[in-house]
Amino acid sequence: MMMESMSGLLYALASLGAFALCAGIVLAIAQKIFHIEGDPMIDNIDALLPQTQCGQCGFPGCKPYATAVAGSEAEVNHCVPGGERTMLQIANLMGVEPKELDEEASAPMLAFVREDECIGCTLCIKACPVDAIIGAPKQYHTVIADHCTGCTLCVEPCPVDCIDMLVKPELIEHWAWPLPDTKRSQLGHERREQHAGHA
Amino acid sequence: MPAMLRTLAQKMGLMAHSFRGGIHPDMHKLSAMNPIENVAISPVLILPMKQHIGSVCSPLVKVGDHVLRGQKIAKSEGYLSVPVHASTSGRVVKIEEHAIAHPSGMGMPSIFIEADGDDRADESLEPIIDWQNTDPTLLRERARMCGLAGLGGAVFPTFIKLVQDKRFPIETVILNGIECEPYLTNDHRLMVEQASEILDGMAIIMHMVGTSSGIIAIEDNKADAAQAMQEALNSKDGMDDVRIEVLPTRYPQGSEKQLIYTLTGREVPAGKLPMHIGVLCQNVGTSKALRDAVMLGQPLTERIVTISGDALPQPANLRVRLGTPIRSLFARQGLEDFNHIQIVHGGPMMGERLSHPDIPVIKSTSGILALSKQAIDAAHTVENPCIRCGHCSEACPVSLVPNLLADFCRSDQLEKAEDYQLFDCIECGACSYVCPSNIPLVHYFRYGKGQIALARREQVFAEASRQRSEGRDARIERELAEKAARRSRVRKTHAPKPVADASANKPATPDVTASDNAVENTAKPEEKS
Repeated sequence: MMMESMSGLLYALASLGAFALCAGIVLAIAQKIFHIEGDPMIDNIDALLPQTQCGQCGFPGCKPYATAVAGSEAEVNHCVPGGERTMLQIANLMGVEPKELDEEASAPMLAFVREDECIGCTLCIKACPVDAIIGAPKQYHTVIADHCTGCTLCVEPCPVDCIDMLVKPELIEHWAWPLPDTKRSQLGHERREQHAGHA
Repeated sequence: MPAMLRTLAQKMGLMAHSFRGGIHPDMHKLSAMNPIENVAISPVLILPMKQHIGSVCSPLVKVGDHVLRGQKIAKSEGYLSVPVHASTSGRVVKIEEHAIAHPSGMGMPSIFIEADGDDRADESLEPIIDWQNTDPTLLRERARMCGLAGLGGAVFPTFIKLVQDKRFPIETVILNGIECEPYLTNDHRLMVEQASEILDGMAIIMHMVGTSSGIIAIEDNKADAAQAMQEALNSKDGMDDVRIEVLPTRYPQGSEKQLIYTLTGREVPAGKLPMHIGVLCQNVGTSKALRDAVMLGQPLTERIVTISGDALPQPANLRVRLGTPIRSLFARQGLEDFNHIQIVHGGPMMGERLSHPDIPVIKSTSGILALSKQAIDAAHTVENPCIRCGHCSEACPVSLVPNLLADFCRSDQLEKAEDYQLFDCIECGACSYVCPSNIPLVHYFRYGKGQIALARREQVFAEASRQRSEGRDARIERELAEKAARRSRVRKTHAPKPVADASANKPATPDVTASDNAVENTAKPEEKS
């Protein structure tokens, strides 16, 4: 009786052990075959960020911030130009609670070089993270308006302070309808803000 | 009749097709019996650089230039665009931003022409009398050069539609004389008074797309127009395969896709064009303008405008030069005080509310209305909760669920709104019209569409920025590596110094934080040995 139950136990252990071994081998092979280079989460988060490369999050660009968020080293609420929408998207992707934003994003800006005062030192060209400034040494520099992300990184290096940050002009083609100006729609806005506050 | 039974009857050919939903608003066709009047040329004409759907034109003239009627004064930029022409002879007095009929209230660069009173025409375009034997591509180029755009109100460049595509041969040309918007009567009067010219235009269209079959669609509240068109049709040769369909009045029957379904029983798939199912649809006014462009060599410089509304003393149909300020038209019809009056550009269902009458008539100005403000404000400021009555879904001609869609738009659940086919909405306003809670449904849809478009633009911009940023990082890294390699070469050829180790290690770590170091290296042009 004792022997019988003992051998039953041994059978169970042996068969389970064999199964575990097989599964382990299959998984080890699968990991080799389906190996993924890098962390796909980083690219997924990077795709949500506005790519201004402005560094307002405290990291030297969008990719580094995405890396930090993916590694849970940074909170999801540091992207200022991305605003609430980006924060909610990242929180959703990471499966964490949304957080209130650090600071409000300002209106979209655009760098503008006052060419009369530019001395052609190329310092702003080197500072621009998206290659949106053209020029050569001792030549006027100018900002390609369509490429400027408004990150302000070129303002600081300029030795003669000839770069202005202008509010991006609103184009009639890009104008979008606001919410209807009715009491109920405003109520909806207030409620949403309340929810956001509680969360 | 239950919907299923009706569908069955239509499928079996027992009953005519008819688009789903729709509404029967009071038509208020106050000016239906008023013949078209010519308006004296305004002393100053204002011509905005964009009067069509597509890209903005750029001016070809400078301040002080003398221009002739029909002279091209702005050239189109890009494919989806048509040029702008001077609508009378005179002098260009200024080129600056001026208000246009746009819900944002923003302006558009415009050319101001001071009329010299001679109204001399530019006769450089030869009339094409023998158009039957002219290559359709030449006629198409004529339509583009003459600035033709859909005069029904959507102002889509006409020449784009007038094409023979082997993959999508056009079987039927539909001439749209429905004019289902309340108040508007400009197409109605044009059909009554210039039926023969419209049919000439239609013959040209049919020649251009290579078909002989056509339908002229008219609603049954315009019996006189249908009769005039029928009489003109009887006296035309070579148009035996064209028939006139008189349809029961219902809004939005004049919408292209709805009209095509009613007439042919075929549905234009979402995201496709009528040409993909072998149909071409043109407004009667556009047809007449095409005839003028081909047979007279006249660019589009004038159009018929209905001026109407419950607050206007004398409703009328006017033949107006493009660029005429609408304030002067209101004054002509006895309205000068704009207090407690809402001006609408276009029809009351789909037109834009304007905050002031200082805009010019453009190619899309099918009508201008002066409505008493109380009536409009009552319907627009008190929005009650949705009671789920379902009237909006019944009225929707494209089978959407407007109350649900509006909720998604209001709460910024834009992906869901897209899943529920927000972009199939034609913004006809039937749902808002029937809503017992006065919910401005279409306004929510426009908000939602705008936000989605914004997000898409931002995504495209972000992707471009990311590529530029990555390209820059790669370049900096490469330049650092080249520099390091050269230094090590230099160390090998010359006597090695112990100090060099420290400096060699430093640039080998491509860290973005060391940007000072990095940028220094990018500046110096490197020589390759």
